[in-house]
Amino acid sequence: MAASLSDGRSSGSTRPRAETLFRALCLAAVIIPLLLLAVLVGDVLIRGLGRLDWAFITSLPSRRADLAGILPALVGSLYLVTLTSLIAVPIGVGCAIYLEEYGHDSRIARIIELNIANLAGVPSVIYGLLGLEIFVRVLNMDRSLLAGACTLSLLVLPIVILSSREALRTVPKGLREGAYALGATHWQSIRRVVLPMALPGILTGTILAISRAIGETAPLIVVGALAYVTFLPESPMSPFTALPIQIFNWVSRPQEAFLINAAAGIVVLLVTLLTLNSLAVGIRNRFQRRLR
Amino acid sequence: MTPTTETARSIQGRATPLSERGIRAFMFGCAAVSILTTAGIILVLAFETFEFFSEVGVGAFLFDTEWTPLFADKHFGIWPLIAGTMLTTGIAASVAIPFGLLAAIYLSEFATFRARATLKPMLEVLAGVPTIVYGYFALVFVTPALQAVIPGLAGFNALSPGLVMGIMIIPMVSSLSEDALHAVSDTLREGAYALGARRLPTIFRVVLPAAMSGIAASLVLAISRAIGETMIVAIAAGQQPRLTLDPRVPVETMTAYIVQVSMGDTPAGTLEYRTIFAVGTTLFLFTFVMNIFGQRLARRFGRS
Repeated sequence: MAASLSDGRSSGSTRPRAETLFRALCLAAVIIPLLLLAVLVGDVLIRGLGRLDWAFITSLPSRRADLAGILPALVGSLYLVTLTSLIAVPIGVGCAIYLEEYGHDSRIARIIELNIANLAGVPSVIYGLLGLEIFVRVLNMDRSLLAGACTLSLLVLPIVILSSREALRTVPKGLREGAYALGATHWQSIRRVVLPMALPGILTGTILAISRAIGETAPLIVVGALAYVTFLPESPMSPFTALPIQIFNWVSRPQEAFLINAAAGIVVLLVTLLTLNSLAVGIRNRFQRRLR
Repeated sequence: MTPTTETARSIQGRATPLSERGIRAFMFGCAAVSILTTAGIILVLAFETFEFFSEVGVGAFLFDTEWTPLFADKHFGIWPLIAGTMLTTGIAASVAIPFGLLAAIYLSEFATFRARATLKPMLEVLAGVPTIVYGYFALVFVTPALQAVIPGLAGFNALSPGLVMGIMIIPMVSSLSEDALHAVSDTLREGAYALGARRLPTIFRVVLPAAMSGIAASLVLAISRAIGETMIVAIAAGQQPRLTLDPRVPVETMTAYIVQVSMGDTPAGTLEYRTIFAVGTTLFLFTFVMNIFGQRLARRFGRS
């Protein structure tokens, strides 16, 4: 090490320029991907914005590209997201509460923790296979919204759990102890003191999970979302399509007009995601101010 | 009943020890869902793959070089799908590793506090864009752009989705690597400066080696993500299983095959239906091994 360092010093006169160059290279590695993202968004906007009107949002799909709309896909996505949060949030928050408030460092808690980290790395298409076999076949849900929502719930569960744990951890210990001192039981202190304090963080995590669920395509295809749906879903047991599935369907067609439809669909998807994420950031900022 | 209950009643008028225990059991049940999910994945994959092998045989899966289960002349060699996956993943890694590492070095070693606070979340947006959008981008924008430069590039190819996938996983490399670089104690940097080292030698010979296990973890986890990525390759790589490392021709990855079969109406219990589970098992094994390995590395970095 000493030799190599003095080595660096002997050629020291050329170093500052090398450093400037390297620094510029590193900066380029940050800027270029961001520029590409801008190109992507710009391309989608240029192609899709002209196609986007009220009729596009409120029409059923059609064999004719200029008449086609995304209504069943939008309603399907809305259904999916609602069902998914109804399933994933209670289970995820419950799991987080167990790990943070009950399990602590017990052996089983550590196994569950390790398991969640592994689940977060399982490709989403594998969740689709799980959903296809368990929810669609074994539990007889068929290719329904409910089967799709159950599959997505398992997929986003690690997100809900991790952010809820983070939120629970920020609650000061003194508050819990204060609750105990007043004679509250364990659950009472969680329910009345810890959960209300952690709520904004849990909400943020829920929104992040929802935005992940909205964009997911592969598991829904495997579970059997339909590519061409000309009716609105009526119940959780209805067959369905979703916004990303509709976009995939249009991207897969060779005609330029359908690609433009896909771009318009992507604009809707990205605007939805942007709204959700701003909401999450807003809640987080407000919460941080409250803590201060 | 007991004094505790009395106290609890008098304060909140609700919970009893019995319900306390019930609540704890409920929370445990929620936590158990995650274990059941893992068990479910493993059992489902194992069961259907076992059925597949009892019909096809392990040899035909491992030693055939053609994958044509949807044709009349059926072959079940997994290698074309593995080659397609490796090819697109390799291209993605060759984009994401240099960009991700250099970006991490910039954010950790050169950027001001404010620049870092702005640029890091902006980079992370890249990982939040739905993959269907990247797939569209690869097919409609990147492929035509590349075709103008590379003659003989097919409309569906491994190159374009590979490059786009690489962009997508840049933040996976940069964020985790940046965390590792940032965690290197400043006393190490100052020690190097005190020995007369300039900034670049300090970065390359002191900071990077100290952060190595965290950096390695970020690479492994990012590559694992690329192996499991589905929609980009399903849209832009074509759906032709082919044992090749030529990035200009259509290929099919393991994930894209699962999507291809799922788009059709494949009745449960048929051999076709089982192929997607056999392919899924192979995919799962690849990503599982890499994730375990990556987490090991990450934990080592956490300790040091």
